[in-house]
Amino acid sequence: MRQPLRRPRLPRTALPYLLLVPALLLELLIHLVPMVVGVVMSFRQLTQFFIRDWSTAPWRGLGNYRTAVDFSAPVGRSLLNSFWTTCQFTVLSVGLSWLLGMAAAIYLQENFRGRGLLRTIFLIPYALPVYAAVITWSFMFQHDTGLINHVLHDQLHLTSGKPFWLIGDNSFTALVTVSVWKTWPFAFLTLMAGLQNIPRELYEAASMDGAGAWQQVRRITLPSLRPVNQVLVLVLFLWTFNDFNTPYVLFGRSAPQAADLISIHIYQSSFVTWNFGTGSAMSVLLLLFLLLVTGAYLLVTSRRRSADA
Amino acid sequence: MRFTRIAVGTALASTLALTGTACGGGSSSTGASNSSPKTLTYWASNQGASLDIDKQVLTPELKKFEQQTGIKVNLEVVPWSDLLNRILAATASGQGPDVLNIGNTWSASLQATGALLPFDSATFAKIGGADRFMPATIASAGAAGQSPAAVPLYSMAYGLYYDKKLFQAAGIANPPTTWDELVSDGKKLTTGSQYGLAIEGGNVSENVHNVFTLGQQHGTGFFDAAGKPQFDSPAAVAAVKQYVDFIAADKIAAPGDAEYAANQSVTDFATGKAAMLMWQAAGANLKSHGMNPDDFGVVPVPVPPGATGAMATSSMVAGINLAVFKNTKNLDGALNFVKFMTSTDESTLLNKAYGSIPPVKDAQSDPAFGTPELKTIAGVLANSAAPLPQVANESQFETLVGTAVKNLLAAAAAGQPITDDTVKAELTKAQQQMPAS
Amino acid sequence: MPDSFRRRRPASPTAPSASFRWSRRIFLTLLSLFTLTPVFVMISSSLKPLQDVQGPFRWIPTTITLRPYLDIWSTVPLWHYFVNSVIVSVSATAASVVIAILAAYAVSRYRFPGRRLFTVTVLSTQMFPGILFLLPLFLLFVNIGNSTGIALLGSRGGLILTYLTFSLPFAIWMLVGYFDSIPRDLDEAAAVDGCGPVRTLLRILLPAAVPGIIAVSVYAFMTAWGEVLFASVMTDDTTRTLAVGLQGYATQTDVYWNQVMAASLVVSVPVVVGFLLLQRYLVAGLTAGAVK
Repeated sequence: MRQPLRRPRLPRTALPYLLLVPALLLELLIHLVPMVVGVVMSFRQLTQFFIRDWSTAPWRGLGNYRTAVDFSAPVGRSLLNSFWTTCQFTVLSVGLSWLLGMAAAIYLQENFRGRGLLRTIFLIPYALPVYAAVITWSFMFQHDTGLINHVLHDQLHLTSGKPFWLIGDNSFTALVTVSVWKTWPFAFLTLMAGLQNIPRELYEAASMDGAGAWQQVRRITLPSLRPVNQVLVLVLFLWTFNDFNTPYVLFGRSAPQAADLISIHIYQSSFVTWNFGTGSAMSVLLLLFLLLVTGAYLLVTSRRRSADA
Repeated sequence: MRFTRIAVGTALASTLALTGTACGGGSSSTGASNSSPKTLTYWASNQGASLDIDKQVLTPELKKFEQQTGIKVNLEVVPWSDLLNRILAATASGQGPDVLNIGNTWSASLQATGALLPFDSATFAKIGGADRFMPATIASAGAAGQSPAAVPLYSMAYGLYYDKKLFQAAGIANPPTTWDELVSDGKKLTTGSQYGLAIEGGNVSENVHNVFTLGQQHGTGFFDAAGKPQFDSPAAVAAVKQYVDFIAADKIAAPGDAEYAANQSVTDFATGKAAMLMWQAAGANLKSHGMNPDDFGVVPVPVPPGATGAMATSSMVAGINLAVFKNTKNLDGALNFVKFMTSTDESTLLNKAYGSIPPVKDAQSDPAFGTPELKTIAGVLANSAAPLPQVANESQFETLVGTAVKNLLAAAAAGQPITDDTVKAELTKAQQQMPAS
Repeated sequence: MPDSFRRRRPASPTAPSASFRWSRRIFLTLLSLFTLTPVFVMISSSLKPLQDVQGPFRWIPTTITLRPYLDIWSTVPLWHYFVNSVIVSVSATAASVVIAILAAYAVSRYRFPGRRLFTVTVLSTQMFPGILFLLPLFLLFVNIGNSTGIALLGSRGGLILTYLTFSLPFAIWMLVGYFDSIPRDLDEAAAVDGCGPVRTLLRILLPAAVPGIIAVSVYAFMTAWGEVLFASVMTDDTTRTLAVGLQGYATQTDVYWNQVMAASLVVSVPVVVGFLLLQRYLVAGLTAGAVK
């Protein structure tokens, strides 16, 4: 990993540190310090009796954690259920978003009539405020008066009865659909910017070697995008896993079991039922999981990257 | 690794500094004082058709108060979606408004935080005494045996709204007074795309309010005398099943009702898609949907035949309470403001504006509250309404049981069979998620 | 390499085959439908009276009214929320991008002890579930307010600080990637010409990284523009942003679907137009951006 690229021979000064100071200070203030407080909270019995004066909240040691991971009791079981739901949701949503974004970026790489218009259209989901977009989807998913059932049932006669989308098991499908709709333009935007950096000569050379469009994508486009993809997939994963806005606006405070994402679950466990200790413990567990996944991901992708170099 | 050391050192130092102060929390200024006697901050809940209408209703009254006392009141109308979170954050930090609206069902939960000023008899005396208010509304302002955490401001109760035209068309002379009648009438009224009853099945709070009333009629308050949850007692199971059966077994409510959470049931009733509706003072809302006030009638929600006492409960005590934040810097002004807002004149005026019932007894004589609808509701409030369990864990109860009912309704709507066992399993799960405290 | 790095036109595969073109047509049509359906619903619903919106769905409104577009301004103080959102989002974006450029420059162009720790630390903040630090952050702001008198809570400043740190980690990461892809020979050439680090950054790296910077800015802007959870707790009615303010159309008595849609469209138009302009700039920056 530490292959030294040709770095400018600048004197080792304090300059890089100076450049980092603003970013570091802010992250420290807004993220790290509150997070440490959150970790402290996770060891206390912080229910409504104590939120007014934290210092009086009794220490529970690992008690909150034991409650959270006791999978034989309902609290732990529903957390586990929520965790699996979130995993499936994340894999599906990130996978589909990336695929759509990648395909659209490749298809729009070459100039043709209507390209600018399409590019603009594709960025619309990204430009709408989350609340506006998701509330529109919830409007479309309504059982009696929504567009989805109107099309599926009334117009195409695909379903015998009108299915429910906002309650019951289909709510998972609804959630993935909205999430993909909202997320893929970001993948598209990022990949489009990444594509611009690929020298045209590479394609010309490949074309002269007789490579078709698909082979060019496989042999030139994808490998060249690897650094962009490494970051893109990771952040899509993290955002989707932690996504709060989408399920919250779509389902309100209590999500259906099939779409009970971990962020909503923790929100319910802390804000709605006023038990910030257990909620924090769950968050810390989630954080540890994400750290683990991210660490593994970076290790694997970076190794592959340096092996290729 | 000079950098590492610096980073770790800074993180540690600032963390310690913060936790040191954070753990002190809002405790630095626990008591009320009068250090800022000229202003008050007031958080009002959204009562009208929009935040702006609320402002229009309240601003002239606040001006009046300023003229009388010289105290300027800074009004913020907080949407319901934010209100509880804002109150929690204010409680945790000690930085909040002086006077605020709370949903009356939150009273005991917020009381347990100790953030609200208790209205003991001395405090009540400063605002004109507790006996100015209807007893049921005072009972919904905090746990029994403790000084109320708030005073009632706007009151409401459930009534059974029925569509006179649809009843006539179905040949039903009188609105139902028992559940058997309601179900059999409902079946007669369910034809084609029209249903007998509309319920707001995706709304957790509506679910809890309704199953609470049914629970009372079956003889359970969902908590025992010691405040322990009894969600899956046979009576509770029966109550919840009765409610879910409106969709599952009786089929007098549309399956689509199971997802309603944006007051679609009111719309359905107003537009003739449903013939009955259990709602709190829906009159103004129905009118805005174009329903003629002569076309609907209101009666108390049915009770079991011959029931007395708690079993004759036909509604929960609904409404908004007015609370004083203990950290206020203007205690006298805050109490003065509470007195002003609950004075007979203001109580009349504000409740008239919002279509609710004044909890202040003297205010009820105003002719505005003499419409058949409001008279029925006021009667329910006076005679057959019970407050939701006033226990510290009330908000958990509301969330967990309301969600359980929502899940059951969703299952019923999807055509899954609902038995005592499925109901009990769902309620047991809800109960086991209650904090052990 | 420096010669072949010259970007004359947007790179593209040459002479696409017929099958490629057909698959492109089909795919892009379907994708456009998927993307635009909700937009269509928003437009058509925003033109219907409330009764019609609450009734069964119809593709074409039977009655068309512009009433919702008039009502949106009085149901909630939409203009006020809009101004708040613009101030907060633009400030957070500007600050985030500038800070990210500085940090990314250091990480991309210098080797120094702690470099890896820094990137890992910053990246790891992306993993923090918002719920975990919402309440602590609130308390922190209160404490800062009490001890220094700087009111972060309920002010736009607090929100700006918060949002800028939300987008910062990803902004840094992306920019490091973009800077890394710019050949270092250019820096060295600049150094030979006597450029200091600051001039190298301004004259060499920034122009070449324009597309990346724009992508990152757009991201930072949208992060701030759409955030609901923190805004709902940390703002009051003078500083409330659109993301939470739009919820005001779902009131105690009714959900004004038609007004939600109308308001969403009205507030989104400037953003979409902004995207459009930036997109032109992005392409222009690329075609003109031959590196010296």
